Amino acid sequence: MLEVKELETHFFVYEGIVKTLNKIDLTIYKEETLGIVGETGCGKSVTALSILRLIPSPGKIVGGKILFEGQDLLKKEKEKMRKIRGNKISMIFQNPTSSLNPVFTVGDQLTAVIRNHQKVSKEEARKRAIEMFKQVGLPDPRRTLQKYPHELSGGMQQRVMIAAALSCEPSLLIADEPTTALDVTIQAQILNLMEGLKEKLKTSILLITHNLGIVAKICDRVAIMYAGEFVEEAPIEEIFGNPKHPYSKGLLESIPKVTQKGKLETIGGTVCDLLDPPSGCRFHARCPSSMEICQKERPGQTKIGKNHFVFCHLYNS
Amino acid sequence: MNKFLRYIGRRLALLILVLIGLSIITFTLARIVPSDPAAVYLGPRPRPEQIAEVRIKLGLDKPVYVQYAYYLRDLLHGDLGTSIRTHQPVLKSILRFLPASFELMLTAIILALIIGTLLGVTSAQKENTLIDHANRLFAVTGVSLPAFWLGLLFQLLFFRCLGILPLGGRIDIYVSLFSPIKHITGFYVIDSLITGNWVAFKSSILHLILPGITLAAYSTGIIMRMTRATMLEVNREDYIVAARAAGIPERTVVFKYALKNAMAPTLTTAGLAFASMLTATFFIETIFYWPGVGTYTVKSILLNDYPVIMAVTLVGALLYVLVNLVVDLVLVFLDPRIRL
Ligand SMILES: Nc1ncnc2c1ncn2[C@@H]1O[C@H](COP(=O)(O)OP(=O)(O)OP(=O)(O)O)[C@@H](O)[C@H]1O
Ligand SMILES: [Mg+2]
Repeated sequence: MLEVKELETHFFVYEGIVKTLNKIDLTIYKEETLGIVGETGCGKSVTALSILRLIPSPGKIVGGKILFEGQDLLKKEKEKMRKIRGNKISMIFQNPTSSLNPVFTVGDQLTAVIRNHQKVSKEEARKRAIEMFKQVGLPDPRRTLQKYPHELSGGMQQRVMIAAALSCEPSLLIADEPTTALDVTIQAQILNLMEGLKEKLKTSILLITHNLGIVAKICDRVAIMYAGEFVEEAPIEEIFGNPKHPYSKGLLESIPKVTQKGKLETIGGTVCDLLDPPSGCRFHARCPSSMEICQKERPGQTKIGKNHFVFCHLYNS
Repeated sequence: MNKFLRYIGRRLALLILVLIGLSIITFTLARIVPSDPAAVYLGPRPRPEQIAEVRIKLGLDKPVYVQYAYYLRDLLHGDLGTSIRTHQPVLKSILRFLPASFELMLTAIILALIIGTLLGVTSAQKENTLIDHANRLFAVTGVSLPAFWLGLLFQLLFFRCLGILPLGGRIDIYVSLFSPIKHITGFYVIDSLITGNWVAFKSSILHLILPGITLAAYSTGIIMRMTRATMLEVNREDYIVAARAAGIPERTVVFKYALKNAMAPTLTTAGLAFASMLTATFFIETIFYWPGVGTYTVKSILLNDYPVIMAVTLVGALLYVLVNLVVDLVLVFLDPRIRL
């Protein structure tokens, strides 16, 4: 349904060009949940914003294609692109408190989104908003509609964001760390809510997170990102049972386990500088099984199994 | 609503303290100045016994603190004293000249708010482009040029060189003779508009342009810079990105979602900048022969007509505090998070 091909997004800063996304490929199928996992700063949010063409300056998409329902979003006129946002592809953010406009009631903000994409009267939009609030489990929808964001808890705010994002029944929902800012019990509720609504509205979800636990819980497939590139893409059972890329293995080992005492495993070294990335495989300096070729050539895609791909010279035979 | 009234009450109580303090300061200053009010009262070449007589009449023979006590007593009865220059009750004169000044100041405030905000928003949206630089240059000019100089420059350009705008006054003398304005609100523009007196309407608008722009220049610059800065900040907020991601049209995002958030600091600064507008009014009214409180006061200052000086100072302070009270109340409506 959504196919990203060789997407390149660069940030033109004073010190030079930050090649944040380095020709990434990504596919999201109908009604699936794809997780993107990676360390902080690896380009997850930039990927999400690139899909919506909302990269802030000094950033710019410099190459590639984003095929959505057969059409390249990068070739669309501004106005047509705007009509896709919030309507066919919508997004929710990490921090619900700062993602809602503090000086308008949540009802005003939700009805604005509805009326923006659907030709309905104010009264109908209000009814639809109340209906959405019920669906996302907000108590007393009529009264909540009149409230300002600061009068709601973080969990309720995120429910409002979800209501707004799903109000036009989009075919793709991008969720950029939707639960990171919430406490654990609320996290589970929000995730359950997203899963339930996804089934009901038949929406695909692109879920960005650093939490592999969340991935295990609700994703069908996962793509692992490192320094602006994808290193492995696999169905969920595969990634946990049969990880291939050394970086994926490292990530999995760094999850704390209840049964294991003592020091946590970590991946040595630090994330490379995107302003001046290493040649070849961007992970080679931190890789425990680095070879000579890793410094020279960027690894191509290797198929491991059904829907399981890895970008690593170890499997290049 | 009750909360509102209580808040306004508190602010007004504070205002009374401010006014008392101010009256003491102006009163003292007026007495320190080496000039004899009795001599001014009598006009040129008074005889010494006349002067002594007038000193008693004006109460100048009493100790200063007694004079001040009398002054306060009169003030409480709504008596602002009698002008030494014109021998008229000060309050009456001020009320007569106030509508002209209000009309000018209101014009300037509206101009400053609209132009300042528009320029600020455009600058923020087009950060670091030619338009932004031009706007900023414009703002710096408005803030740094002295009002009287700017006024003279405008007169030179639009009256002397181009001849398209009048030199000064509120209305053409012919217009005031042949289609006189019926006095309703005291605002020429409004009075001529509601009585359908188009000749006078046009003339009064034309007369407002130059002094209005001159008076607005400083505040426009301040408002523009404040709007630009806050809009740049607000533009980076998550809720603006979120609004764009929801497909809200750019115009709505900027002028509704962002601007409403950016308005609070802008209005606060505008309220503070009102002080300099009050001062500038004196110069500008004098330069443009504007028959307002400013012109009246300047004439009085030159003769150390202290009842007028003190009364105008108090009225000015009152206006300043009231304007800022209104700003604070507007902020409450703009931002639901502000508590009184
Ligand atoms: N405004 C910007 N100017 C310059 N570089 C930027 C800018 N925004 C992002 N980048 C670059 O893009 C990289 C990726 O940022 P991004 O926000 O996508 O990371 P992320 O994977 O979402 O991290 P996190 O988990 O912390 O959200 C950053 O490391 C930075 O180099
Ligand atoms: Mg991020």
